[in-house]
Amino acid sequence: MAKVLIIGEHDGQNLNPATAKTVQGASGLGIDAVDLVLFGADLDAVAAQAGALAGVQRVLTVTHDDFSHPLAARIAPEIAAMADDYSHILTGSTTLGKDLLPRAAALIGVNQVSDIMEVIDERTFKRPIYAGNAIVTVQVPEGGPVVGTIRTASFAAVGEGGSAETVAVDPRAEDPGHTRFVRVEGGGGDGPDLASADVVVSGGRALGSSDNFAVIYSLARKMGAAVGASRAAVDAGYVPNELQVGQTGKIIAPDLYFAIGISGAIQHLTGIKDAGTIVAINKDAEAPIFEIADFGLVGDLFEIVPELEKAL
Amino acid sequence: MKILVTIKRVVDYNVRVRVKPDGSGVETEGVKMSINPFDEIALEEALRIKERGEADEVIVASIGGSEVQQQLRTGLAMGADRAIHVETDQPVQPLTAARTLLKLVEKEAPGIVFLGKQAIDDDCNQTGQMLAALWGRPQATFASRVELADGKATVTREVDAGLEVNEVDLPAVMTSDLRLNEPRFVKLPDIMKAKRKPLETIALADLGVEPAADLVATAYEPPPRRGGGKMVESVAELVGELKNKGLL
Repeated sequence: MAKVLIIGEHDGQNLNPATAKTVQGASGLGIDAVDLVLFGADLDAVAAQAGALAGVQRVLTVTHDDFSHPLAARIAPEIAAMADDYSHILTGSTTLGKDLLPRAAALIGVNQVSDIMEVIDERTFKRPIYAGNAIVTVQVPEGGPVVGTIRTASFAAVGEGGSAETVAVDPRAEDPGHTRFVRVEGGGGDGPDLASADVVVSGGRALGSSDNFAVIYSLARKMGAAVGASRAAVDAGYVPNELQVGQTGKIIAPDLYFAIGISGAIQHLTGIKDAGTIVAINKDAEAPIFEIADFGLVGDLFEIVPELEKAL
Repeated sequence: MKILVTIKRVVDYNVRVRVKPDGSGVETEGVKMSINPFDEIALEEALRIKERGEADEVIVASIGGSEVQQQLRTGLAMGADRAIHVETDQPVQPLTAARTLLKLVEKEAPGIVFLGKQAIDDDCNQTGQMLAALWGRPQATFASRVELADGKATVTREVDAGLEVNEVDLPAVMTSDLRLNEPRFVKLPDIMKAKRKPLETIALADLGVEPAADLVATAYEPPPRRGGGKMVESVAELVGELKNKGLL
């Protein structure tokens, strides 16, 4: 029987927006039975959020101290143990999803479909290859469940209004004991999360220094936006790596994206292709970013950005 | 300790890949081929570990036709001690690749298997994790820093939230992210020297690998293009346009 298992992602307090997008992606399969499984040490808050997602029938909670930080080596065998009951096993194409799901797929004995951007039918999907320069349609052979990551930038988050029942499930695997979480650094900041923000303001090499990035932060604060950066700006050390937008950084799909002092290298464009509206501000009228921007403004960003901030 | 590094031959990252007009694949005829950049970073890290005296031998391995020997030779020129070519004329998807690598792992008993986090052709990002699963050993993926001590590795990983540090017991699988290091350039004398280093060829069929059921590619297409937009002359005009679209 066709039945979907979605692995939910969370930080202990909030469900990651990638999960609601994964549920949306799964809705294209035309299958009614959707279970969402959560692994954690304390799941009350996130189970309630997961249960409210439209289209989720059951929330399965697997509670254990081992899951206070998600480790692929600990969770993958749990997913493999549940696999027999499902025709599809999906999660978001976040760094956690990319780390975890192939490990589960190997235990199940199937290849994974990475970065599903479109569902054609129950076993046929479109996914990007060659850094998004080509799209391939792939069919999953019979003989096992479909195991895939959903490219979150390709799907809107599903709405609320669901009322799934919550079912507590016991862990079925043991801690292999060979992998330990130590700490996570960075992140923090008080702005919205770059991967899921509605508005993103990004700066590039033209900012020229870490100090000059203040104009980007200031505009972002005024707009309630997340701050991003091009790889050139990250490599130059202006901002930390987790702000990088592009093929080698985060692939995002905000409603509104500002590319400020960013020339528009292919690797950056790959990361913003699904943005709603792209605004480019650059002093070079020939910059490739203007070929894909919805609105372009040529000029000195150090004059334009403060003026824009004032006009809002 | 041995370190096994996997190398995939891919279209060079500077080549602008095009889909064939009939949608049967992408143009690979006559284009420059290179070591997958993430694999090159993995190899560089393995060489640095050896140069610090924390490993004795670096082995490079690749799966494919005889042409992958070019990339293995480049790996030897970078400094690997020997190479293993698993020969097959069929393309290999991640699960079969992982099962094949497991056979090499059983033969060589490395302390670390280092892979690129993904190949820049199929962008799958699966093989390292799959090998770790089949081997029953830890995985430290998307590594940007690796420190070894007392049979353990402390690995800093690039994750959505920033940097996550994990500690894993060896042997383990690691996959490299972009900022782990900058690979060295190969010098001409090293290329000459690499010709004399051992390169062993094993037929994939002789390894006793159970082939996995592959995904079937039915069509290729170029990505949808974003149309160019409108140039505005002033901040006021820009704000007006964004308000019209209901974005402000």
